[in-house]
Amino acid sequence: MAAQSAARGTGLRLNGKAVVMTLYLVFLLLPIYWLLNMSLKTNSEILNVFSLWPRDLTFANYRTILTDPSWYMGYVNSLIYVVMNTVISLTVALPAAYAFSRYSFMGDKHLFFWLLTNRMAPPAVFALPFFQLYSSVGLFDTHIAVALAHCLFNVPLAVWILEGFMRGVPKEIDETAYIDGYGFGRFFIRIFMPLIASGIGVAAFFCFMFSWVELLLSRTLTSVNAKPIAATMTRTVSASGLDWGVLAAAGVLTIVPGALVIYFVRNYIAKGFALGRV
Amino acid sequence: MEKTVNQKAWFLVIPMLILVAFSAVIPLMTVVNYSVQDTFGNNQFFWAGLEWFDEMLHSDRMWDALGRQIIFSAIILAIEVPLGIFVALNMPKKGFWSSLCLVLMALPLLVPWNVVGTIWQIFGRVDIGLLGHTLEAMGIDYNYTSDVLDAWVTVIVMDVWHWTSLVALLAYAGLQSIPDAYYQAAKIDQASRWKVFRYIELPKMQGVLMIAILLRFMDSFMIYTEPFVVTGGGPGNATTFLSIDLVKMAIGQFDLGPAAAFSIMYFLVILLISWVFYTVMTNLDKREGK
Repeated sequence: MAAQSAARGTGLRLNGKAVVMTLYLVFLLLPIYWLLNMSLKTNSEILNVFSLWPRDLTFANYRTILTDPSWYMGYVNSLIYVVMNTVISLTVALPAAYAFSRYSFMGDKHLFFWLLTNRMAPPAVFALPFFQLYSSVGLFDTHIAVALAHCLFNVPLAVWILEGFMRGVPKEIDETAYIDGYGFGRFFIRIFMPLIASGIGVAAFFCFMFSWVELLLSRTLTSVNAKPIAATMTRTVSASGLDWGVLAAAGVLTIVPGALVIYFVRNYIAKGFALGRV
Repeated sequence: MEKTVNQKAWFLVIPMLILVAFSAVIPLMTVVNYSVQDTFGNNQFFWAGLEWFDEMLHSDRMWDALGRQIIFSAIILAIEVPLGIFVALNMPKKGFWSSLCLVLMALPLLVPWNVVGTIWQIFGRVDIGLLGHTLEAMGIDYNYTSDVLDAWVTVIVMDVWHWTSLVALLAYAGLQSIPDAYYQAAKIDQASRWKVFRYIELPKMQGVLMIAILLRFMDSFMIYTEPFVVTGGGPGNATTFLSIDLVKMAIGQFDLGPAAAFSIMYFLVILLISWVFYTVMTNLDKREGK
């Protein structure tokens, strides 16, 4: 009797869970579905007919984007500086995170908090000084300028995540390797990095994500040659105003790289969001 | 873990230090520089002392924006944290469904911020958006471009849509780390669902929840792109948050001095609150012996 009611209890709870998750996921996907729906319609259908699916299915909006260099170069530019930023961030963050996780040295705690303050700095505060700084050194409107600017918040985050993962690796491994005659560089690349490969993956994911979604700095630092797709979108809106179909298609295409990246790291996402501290 | 004292570790930190100093300290010093000077153009600057700070401290504009910002962040945290925990508790624990949920939930996080704005701008429009159209069909007068309340609701729902998953994923990671033995013990003690949550799950999630609150606080306090795209700070100034106001002042009107003073105070507020969170967080870490 008791077992039966307990079983019914879990059955009910499982259903309840499924209902909650379904509702939540519908809430998440509904706006995205609408964007996709609009991207496949013609402008006249968008403005004149209210329909839940495209009556007059068209890929013209996507064709516009994929054949016009001023559109598709936006994606290329974004990807270039995002990848550059990810590589730079990880390269400097790896040794720093190792130092923070293994050694205590003068000022380490203050330095760590100072790093985090950069993650907390509002990009709006930095927009104008960045513009002046990069203009004065001749880097305005280059990919590297945006990549360096995004280091402002990505390096601290990468250090924070990697430090969390490195703490989980027992120190005996380092000591054994040193006794075996490994130098620091060889030990770090050959032994240590494979051990925290998932951490590096997660940190790369986060660098990619925050660099990909950022607009304020990347828009301020570019004009033509390195203009990111996000800025292309806002400028088109303000200039022509009403080409909703193309705008929606561009929006859908910006979601694609993110979705691909998520798929590859899906098993590490949860741990990564906890910054390796679980 | 006991750490070895080793001053040479500084060498490992130096590359990072140079890079971050280049991209953080130099611009920040520029801001400080502007905040104490006045200019009449032609690159001629005059010492203005604390004049701009004084002016900003007495400007209604900044206090209004700060007020709106605090209300916004408070509402965001009050909705997203409980909702995120609730969603995490209802997620499947393992298998295909759990992966599917993770991927779908992470999707809004990887949408560029202005696209988030665009999505909701389209979604909420009465003429072409599903949400706006449905609300209108139900007889609700909804227009986020002219009604203050509607604009606020739209911006908040958008942020909940965008970021609740972050809290949920963090809470989920915390829940995953609880050994089964805890739940079995609770079962033997016939603990109620609430008590399991209160005395097992919540304490175990404490650390990750602090990270979630810290990240959500920082990011909601600096929110710029999404409301800018949807409402442009309007109607009137109703959704002009601190960053929007700052960008208007610095790049729109080119009022360098006041904008710089504003920036510094803005940064200090964030720094202060984040420092409190951070201290609480490191103390938690220590207590758990990590």
